[in-house]
Amino acid sequence: MIETDRAGRSFKVRGAVVHAVRDLSFRIEPGEFVGCLGPNGAGKSTTIKMLCGILTPTSGRVRVAGLDPSRARTALARRIGVVFGQRTTLWWDLPLRDSFELIRLLYKVDRKLFEVRLDELTEALDLGGFMRTPVRQLSLGQRMRGDLAAALLHAPEVLVLDEPTIGLDVVSKAGIRSFLLRVNAERGTTVLLTTHDLGDVERLCRRVLLIDHGRLAFDGTVGDLMATAPGQATIEEVVTRLYTRGRAVPPPVEPV
Amino acid sequence: MVRTYALLAWTWTRAAMAYRASFAIMVVLGVCLTAADVAVILVIFSHTTALAGFTRDEVLFLYGSAGLPFALCDLFVSNVDRVSQHIKAGTLDAMLIRPVSTWLQLAADRFTPTRAGRVLQAAGVLGYALAVLDLDARRLWMLPVMVVTGAVIFASIWTLGGAVQFLLTDAPEVINSFTYGGGQLTQYPLSVYGRDLVRGVTYVVPLAFVNWQPALYVLDRDDPFGTPGFVRFLGPAAAAVLALLAALAWRQGIRHYRSTGS
Repeated sequence: MIETDRAGRSFKVRGAVVHAVRDLSFRIEPGEFVGCLGPNGAGKSTTIKMLCGILTPTSGRVRVAGLDPSRARTALARRIGVVFGQRTTLWWDLPLRDSFELIRLLYKVDRKLFEVRLDELTEALDLGGFMRTPVRQLSLGQRMRGDLAAALLHAPEVLVLDEPTIGLDVVSKAGIRSFLLRVNAERGTTVLLTTHDLGDVERLCRRVLLIDHGRLAFDGTVGDLMATAPGQATIEEVVTRLYTRGRAVPPPVEPV
Repeated sequence: MVRTYALLAWTWTRAAMAYRASFAIMVVLGVCLTAADVAVILVIFSHTTALAGFTRDEVLFLYGSAGLPFALCDLFVSNVDRVSQHIKAGTLDAMLIRPVSTWLQLAADRFTPTRAGRVLQAAGVLGYALAVLDLDARRLWMLPVMVVTGAVIFASIWTLGGAVQFLLTDAPEVINSFTYGGGQLTQYPLSVYGRDLVRGVTYVVPLAFVNWQPALYVLDRDDPFGTPGFVRFLGPAAAAVLALLAALAWRQGIRHYRSTGS
C-alpha cells in the first residue's frame, strides 16, 4: 500500500545541502497499523509529506496506493486521508460543519454517503457539541477530532497522521486511540502515524519504523523493538537507547 | 472545475455576508474609489479635447476595455498571489492534500465578492463608450476577443507572480507593480508613455495586447508608434504564450515547494 525505494529529500539551506531524508526503503501492506518514531528533526514529517505528495523526493521512488504521490497528487488525494497534528487542514474561519461541507464538494462525495459517514463520525468522535463553532474557537482536542473526521469523510484506503496526539490530555488521547483502532479494524484502513508518545506505539502499532538522521534505523514489530535492549527495559529506555546511539547523552534526571 | 470554484467562492461569500454592514461599506467604497479614476479622465478632458491624439470617449473606451478584464481577474484570480502567506502560515500543505488543483483552491480562497463592484463599474464605462462612439460594427467582433485576451494576460501575470513566491517568499510587492501597475498603465492610451516603456509592455510583458493593440483596430487607428497592422491581431497568441509560461512556472513552483518544519 505504501512503498519507498531509496527515497530521499534534500534541502538547500544557505548554500549548504541538508539531507532531511535519505535512502529510505520500506513497504507497508494493506491493513497494517504502523508507527513511525524518531527524534525531533529526524525526517518523519518530511517522509509523511513525500507520501502525500506535498514534497517531491529529490532521489529514489515513492508509491502510495500504486501512485507516485508528487506526480499524481490530486488522484492520490482521493485515496488517502491526512492529518497534521500541529496544524489543522480545516478552514480556520468557517464553522466545522461548513469545513465538512467543503470537503464533501472537494472530494465529490455523494450527498447520501456523506450524511451517513458524517453521522457515524459525529457519534464516534463526539462532534455534535461544536458542529456550528468556527474552527479557530475549538479546543485542541476538539480540533483534532474534527481533523480526523475530515480526513475520513471520503473513506480513504490509507490514513496518514503526523503527530495526531500531540498536546492532548490523557482522556482525549485515549479517545483518539480507540477511534483509530476501530477505523483500522472495521474498515481495514491502512494507518501510518508519527508520534513522540510511546503510549501510542504500545497501544496501537503492530509495527514500528524508527527514523534517525533521515535514515531507517529500525523496522520491526514492537516485540522486536523491545528485544533490541537487554533485560527488562521499558519502552522509554529502549527508544532512548536507540535515539542516543553514538551521541553524548545528558544524564537522566533523578526523581526528587 | 468551474463548479468547484463557484461552490468554494459561495462558501466564502456566505462567510463575508455574515458581517452585512462591513460587506455593504466595502462594495460602496470599491465603487467610489474606482469612480475616482473616471473622474480623473473627465478632469483631464475638461482642459483639453485630445490626449495623445485620442478623444475623451476613446480614452473611456480604452479605460473600460482594460478595466473589465482586470477587474474580472482581480475578482476571480488575484488571490493566487497570496501564495507566500499560505507558505508562511503552513496552510498550503492543507491545499496540497486535496484532490483539486492548488491554483484553483488558492484563487477561490477567501473569495472577496465586494470586488464585483469594480467589474460593474468597468463594464458601465465600456458600455457608455460603445454607445457614444460611432464604431464600425464589422470591427466589434474584436471586443469579446480582447476581454478574454486581457483576462488571460492578467491571470497569467498573477499566476507568474504566485509561482515566483515559491522561491522568493517576500516577493508580493514586486508582483503588485506588474498586476495593479499593469491595470493602471493600460487605462490610458499607451502613446502617452515613452517609446521604451511601450516596447517593454509589448514584447516583454505583453500588456499592450490587453487593450491597446486590439483597440487600435476597433477604433480604426494607426499605431502612433508605427507597428504594422498585423500586430493588432497578435493578442490571443501573446496571451497563449504567456499562459503557457505561467502554467509551467506554477508547476515548477509546486514541485520545488519546501513546506515548513514539522
